Amino acid sequence: MKLLEDILVIDFSQFLSGPSASLRLADLGARVIKIEKPGSGDICRQLYVSDVKIDNDSTIFHAINRNKESYAADLKNADDLKRIKQLLAKADVVMHNFRPGVMKRLGLDYESVKSYNSSVVYAEINGYGSEGEWKDLPGQDLLLQALTGLPYLNNDATRPPTPMGVAVVDILAGTHLAQGILASLYDRLNSGNGALVQVSMLESALDFQFEVLTCFLNDGQQLPKRSEFNHAHSYVAAPYGVYKTMDGYLALAMGDIRVLSELLMCEPLRNYPDPKTWFKERDAIKAELANHLATDTTQYWLSVLEPADIWCAEVLNYEQLLEQEGYQCLDMELMVKTTSGSSVKTTRCPIRVDGQLLTSDIGAPGLGFHTDIINDEFLI
Amino acid sequence: MSQQPLKGLVILEFCQYLSGPSAGLRLADLGARVIKIESPNGDACRKLAIEDLWVDQDSLLFHTINRNKESYTANLKDSLDLDKIKKLIRKADVMIHNFRPGVMTKLGLDYEAAKLINESIVYAEVTGYGAEGPWSKKPGQDLLLQARSGLMYTSGTQSDPPVPFGLAIGDIICGAQLVQGVLAALIRVKKTGKGAKLELSLLESLLDFQFELLTTYHTSGKLPQRSESHGGHALLGAPYGIYETADGHIAIAMVPLKSLGSALDAQELMSYDQSDAFAKRDEIKGVLADLLKTRSSEYWLDRLRKADLWAMPLTNWQELVSSPGYKAQQMEQVVSGDLKTTRCPIRINGERIYGKQSAPQLGADNRKIEKEFGLV
Repeated sequence: MKLLEDILVIDFSQFLSGPSASLRLADLGARVIKIEKPGSGDICRQLYVSDVKIDNDSTIFHAINRNKESYAADLKNADDLKRIKQLLAKADVVMHNFRPGVMKRLGLDYESVKSYNSSVVYAEINGYGSEGEWKDLPGQDLLLQALTGLPYLNNDATRPPTPMGVAVVDILAGTHLAQGILASLYDRLNSGNGALVQVSMLESALDFQFEVLTCFLNDGQQLPKRSEFNHAHSYVAAPYGVYKTMDGYLALAMGDIRVLSELLMCEPLRNYPDPKTWFKERDAIKAELANHLATDTTQYWLSVLEPADIWCAEVLNYEQLLEQEGYQCLDMELMVKTTSGSSVKTTRCPIRVDGQLLTSDIGAPGLGFHTDIINDEFLI
Repeated sequence: MSQQPLKGLVILEFCQYLSGPSAGLRLADLGARVIKIESPNGDACRKLAIEDLWVDQDSLLFHTINRNKESYTANLKDSLDLDKIKKLIRKADVMIHNFRPGVMTKLGLDYEAAKLINESIVYAEVTGYGAEGPWSKKPGQDLLLQARSGLMYTSGTQSDPPVPFGLAIGDIICGAQLVQGVLAALIRVKKTGKGAKLELSLLESLLDFQFELLTTYHTSGKLPQRSESHGGHALLGAPYGIYETADGHIAIAMVPLKSLGSALDAQELMSYDQSDAFAKRDEIKGVLADLLKTRSSEYWLDRLRKADLWAMPLTNWQELVSSPGYKAQQMEQVVSGDLKTTRCPIRINGERIYGKQSAPQLGADNRKIEKEFGLV
């Protein structure tokens, strides 16, 4: 039996935060029905990236929405709204990521749904919570990164503040929503009660930084300082960073400078025998290391460092990664078929259950593809 | 109504550092009782300080990750201690470990062994690279996983070297996936009585994290290209990125070029067609950057927001925590011992979730647990 077998999720959300949560619920065995606006659907369908498309929808839409069904409904049309309510009456989970107030105006807020489905788990993501001066601002990943200081943590101090190049706030908020939903579904099995689960991208972005923010809140509020060179983490001492070699790049995690000095035969590092200096002097130490590591190949340095159990790795791009046996043996790629028959290669769920990969070859649905099927099935 | 949906669950955390313990923290905040099983030396994170900040004998970092938990010490190589742990497993709902592959089997605490003791146990293991393959014995450290997973080519600009994320994203995202797996498995246990084995790795979690980029790469065969300047997201066209203004920086997200040109009163931007947004990304970003430098952040934001376009000033933490919008979230909590930290980001039934019990001293709960679970 799949972990979430027989769980019905009705998902009104768009873009990435909510849909990434429902993707994981689908991976774990739930049935997910996307409710989409007729004609245009989830705006993510049209968010073309790198000008690459599948079935006229964006590649990212296909990545995020595989293994789901699509039901088209105009929430401002009374007949459609009536059908949606009939569907919600059967739902275990209802989720959305509209701005605060939208679902209430439609009569689809938690209190309304609870009146005819008392044990529903109702989950919502918004940008900035439902109170405070920012509540009506658009909840978009880059904006949340900017607001919460994340760009000040990445790249060398000589470079501009640099955002993280994956929509990390969306994705983490999605995981938090899924966590709240699953915890509430568990609780429901004990108590019979549903729950309202709320996550904001702002709170998720702050939680993501909980280690370094706690440091900031207890050190007299000193701002983080990036390394001048070979930066990787504002709060970690040398050698932590990425270094250019003769033919590529080498990542070096926490390590003992004295040991490195011997192993790498790097004379100048002998000037830093005291571990207490490895944070304060990290730029000077990194500069010496950078000079030295540039003199030979990545493979050479790995052959010296790895046998000594020094934490290091070659830096790979996707093309190089896909050639590695360490990648191939994970069987991470998944072929799915969209409702119009196109094949899409994507990635699978990262969780293994009882030794099995969680895979499904069902791709993302065409807009409204399942509307009639669902109307028949639920007699609505 | 309950703010503690996981109340009554007992979770044994055989974990160190961040990936497993961050999952344990979330489960604890949601109401579970989390018992850290530590060697007599303790979680190595106790001694891993950042900025040389300590609380009693343990690092502030350890305190941040392990509040709201209990600590039980056991030498897993000692048969008497091992027997006690097995008794504890009999009463537990979940056990989580992040040892390298093979370690728990050697100790006789692998899933098969645990299942014999407790048929309905949810057993979760976190590794760096999965249980098999040439990388399985390598250290599962965050920066190394970022290096191998391709992630370092997603941030910054095309002329930058590989740029790591400045936080332990591999640990955090894997911990988050772990919580999802554990909770889903607990739902099945409740229905069927059947336990589950869950396996996660930092590498698979980081690949899943990049699923949009990887799916696009599989489709196009082209490596993601970072912008020449103002890098925001390799897959997105202009103007997506962070720009310098006369007095700071602003972030501008997906905005149609015509709307942008009109809001900023910039004829030059109006001359581009929306289909140029990706193809002429660097050129357009250059035009925009030159313009934005000439006035203050507030001036531009005012114009962009009036047109309902997606923009935000870049804020540092000092500015952030002193703003009313941040304070309204009530995101901070003081845990016992006068340590200020952040709370769980999930709200249940409209209530914020706080967990103010400070992290345990090593072995602080040994006696209580031995008595309560009848281990002696």
